[in-house]
Formats: sequence, structure tokens, C-alpha cells
Amino acid sequence: MSDLSGISRGHSYYEANARQRIAHLLDPGSFQEVLGPAERLTSPHLEPLGQPCSFDDGIIIGTGSLNGLQVLVASQEGGFMGGAVGEVHGAKLTGLLERAVNERPAAVLLLLESGGVRLHEANAGLIAISEVIRALLATRVAGVPVLGLIGGAYGCFGGMGIVARCCDALIINEEGRLGLSGPDVIETTMGVEEFDSSDRALVWRTLGGKHRYLLGEVQCLVEDDIDAFHTAVIKTINTVQPLSLESLEQEHSSLTRRLADYGQCQDGADIWGEMGIDDPQKLPLMDIQSFMVTVADKGQGKL
Amino acid sequence: MNIETLLSELFPLGHSVTNIDSILTGYGTTNKGEIAVLGTTDHLAVGVEAALALATSALGVIKNDPGRPILLLVDTQGQRLSLQDELLGINGYLAHLAKCLELARQREHQLICLVYAEAVSGGFLSFGMMADEIHSLPEAKVRVMNLPAMARITKLPLEQLEELSRTSPCFAPGVENFIKLGGINTIWQQPLAERLVEVIGMKLDEDQRRHNGFVRQGRKLAFTVAQRVKAG
Repeated sequence: MSDLSGISRGHSYYEANARQRIAHLLDPGSFQEVLGPAERLTSPHLEPLGQPCSFDDGIIIGTGSLNGLQVLVASQEGGFMGGAVGEVHGAKLTGLLERAVNERPAAVLLLLESGGVRLHEANAGLIAISEVIRALLATRVAGVPVLGLIGGAYGCFGGMGIVARCCDALIINEEGRLGLSGPDVIETTMGVEEFDSSDRALVWRTLGGKHRYLLGEVQCLVEDDIDAFHTAVIKTINTVQPLSLESLEQEHSSLTRRLADYGQCQDGADIWGEMGIDDPQKLPLMDIQSFMVTVADKGQGKL
Repeated sequence: MNIETLLSELFPLGHSVTNIDSILTGYGTTNKGEIAVLGTTDHLAVGVEAALALATSALGVIKNDPGRPILLLVDTQGQRLSLQDELLGINGYLAHLAKCLELARQREHQLICLVYAEAVSGGFLSFGMMADEIHSLPEAKVRVMNLPAMARITKLPLEQLEELSRTSPCFAPGVENFIKLGGINTIWQQPLAERLVEVIGMKLDEDQRRHNGFVRQGRKLAFTVAQRVKAG
């Protein structure tokens, strides 16, 4: 894999907000927002709690083109309640995925940045994420690829971590984190001896982009540059697998093997050592280019 | 209700459901024929092994018993919270389970869920919530998180959340609230075998939940927002 394009670092994906990511990822001027802020469509559940609202409820959705290909896109705004999913936020995403079944774009791009269910409207948020999962998988069954992009400050956790792994393919930068229960949730519930959420290196070795790539959970690991994400989307869009018994049996074998091979490992570095990588402790310090050379033909391969 | 009682009430004609490490697998006999049973018990915290075991069973039914209805029995305290599960990518294991159940739906297996004890967040999301229809026993407990933990994370006073949970179905745990939101279809009263037979064969193709939430006035916006986006 040569995910080395876009090293100019023109636009950091990590630092950009949800709108900037869309603007730089898609063909200039092609984005048409659906239910934008002018509609004043806000969550009805935040005001009674004295919480601020957002006119897009923390997610921007619409249509556009990428390298001339028609796409539908959704981008979660980490800056608003950590990208958490409430009733309106989730319904926008579900509606977009269902629209894809009718419109048959080249792909649906999900720019994921979310802590999962928005606790301020917890029950509605949980059901909303379940609706997103069903709509996403139905979109894949209809033959429209769904690609997930991860690389913002809030990572992709909770129910949205499950949504991410329902996508056809994932693209992540080194700064991106993907998981289910966030380190702080595990520490709060199980104690600091289970997971010290203040140990940033440990958090990174457990949930970070390089580890997810080595496990075969994400298909592309890219520089923190929106152009690099753009290149990876084009490369990935035609490689996706339909959701079938064969593809799920393959995934089943792969996950079974992962559990057998690494189920006893206590640390990311232990897993990387088991994969046959020399000096696994050095991986965190490598730039993406050296990392790719070092891990070539290692890891579980791409699902 | 404990699992033995539940199984005997659901299947007075008999069943072959086994319980291995709190994972339920097997078949039950009804007046409408055999139904495959998958589930968890003992308020299982679903970790990577459990997710994989449930997926194994789901794939087994798809391959060996095409079109057979599947009953998902839910009793989970949620996903297992551990560093090791995260290290192995538990979200991918749960997503895999959800995908296997979606494949079953695509292949014409009716998916019926019964929440008979606890249903909490991640363990519920990737399993029971994938069903075509979700039912519950009256005494079941459904939640995302308990109110004290919610208060801690949202930094809102517990008293305020308790007050709001009396008026809004959105916060407070409880079957009734999930019914208002459309997340649960109905509560099953005795006799359970009759309730089960009533729904077998009533296959639904569309996700009904946001429409039910709209009709029941508990989730008023999800339906209209999604329809507007879908329509373009």
C-alpha cells in the first residue's frame, strides 16, 4: 500500500471541522446541503435541559461529487456535544442512507466523529443508532458502497464504533481512534487498573489508527491530510465487497483467528510482536511512510 | 423470569435450547413449527467470545435451515468493559454479529426479539435491536445507562434528570419509555406461547420503529426528518 499521497499537509483532517472536511474532500462547489442550518432543525430534547442547540444538530448531510463521482456525504461535528447522536442527528443519517438506495450514488461517505449515543436523549439516541445500522446495511445490500472516514479529535466510539465497522471500508489517519467503550468510560466503571485513560500512549496503542490498520479493521491508513483521505476514497471505492454469506464467513474466520492468535495479549505492542514485527515498541514513533515499509505483509491483512 | 421458566412457557411443546457460558442456542417447537433460538442469559456482559459465538449460531441457521424464523432472547447488561476487548476490536465483533443477523433478514428469516430480563446499550444494539420486531416482558429492564452515571457524564444534576425523566420518555430507563419511542413494539403478557405464535409469519420488511415513535408521540421528529432527507 502506498498511502503516501497528500504529504503536503495542506489541510489537516484532524484540525478541520465537519464543514471544512466536506469542502476540501469533495469537488469544489459541488456540495449541496440537505436540511441545512437555515431550516433551524434542532434537537427538541436539549432546551429543557438548559443545553445549547445547534441548527444542524451536529451533523451535516448532502450531495456532491468527488473526482466527478456522485456521492452522498454525512459529516459529524465533534465540536457539538462530541458528535453524539440524538434523535434528529440520527434521523438525518438514516434518511441519507435510505436516499442512497433510491439515488444509487457511487458511494455514501460517512465522516465519522462521535462519542456514540447522546446521553441527554439517551433512549432516542440508542434507537436512532440502531436505525442507522439497519439503513446502512440495507444500503450495502442494495449495492451502494458505504465508506467511513475517521480522524477527528473525538474519535469514533460507542454505537458509532459499531456503525463504522458495518461500513464496506474504513479510512483512518494516525490520530484517529476507533473503539466501543471509551477509555474514560472503562476507567470510571471498572477502575483505573483496568484502563488508565490518562495514559495517552496506552490509549493510542489500544485504539489508534496504526493498531486498527494492523488488525485489518481499516483498509487505508493515511497522513493527516484531507487530500490523502480524498486519494484513499478514490482508491477504495471500487474494491468493496458485497454483503454476502461468503464475505461474512470470511470475516468470521478472520475474527476467530484474531481471537485465537491475540486473545491473550495485554497490550497493542504484544500483538504487533506476535505479528512478527521487529521492535514493535518503535511503531508509535514512526511516520506513516516508515510505518508502511516496516509493517508491509504483516498483520491480519485487509478484511 | 429465569431462563428455564421462560423456555418452558414459550415452548410447552418442547425445546432443545442449551445454555453454554450463558449463550443460548437451539430450537423450540411451536404450533407453527420449529423456531431457531439464539440468546444470552445471566445478564451477560457481551465480550468478543460471546459476540462470535452468537454470530456462529446465526450463520449456522442461515446455512443449515434456510428461512427458519429466529427468536432472539435478550438478557444483557451491555458490552463487556475491558481493555482486552477494546484491544481486539470488540466493536468489529459486535458489527459482525449485526451483519450476520442482517444477512438472515435478507435471506427471509423472520427475526423476532424478546427482551426477558435486561437490555443495555451495545449488547442490545448489535443483537436484539437487529430484529424485525422487538417485544418485551413487563418486568424487563431496558436502558442505555443508569441515571446516576448519566448525571456524572453529562454533568447535569441528578435531581434535574430525575425530574425530567417523569415527563420525557427520552431519559429514563424502562420498557414503557421504549414503547413510546417506538423502540419496542409490545409487551407480552401470558400465555407467552400464544404471543409467540401470534407474531410468527408476520414478516415485516421495513424498519417500523420511527413510524411507531411518531404515532405514539414519543419520538416526534425522527420519522419526518428521515422522510424529508430520503425524499430529497
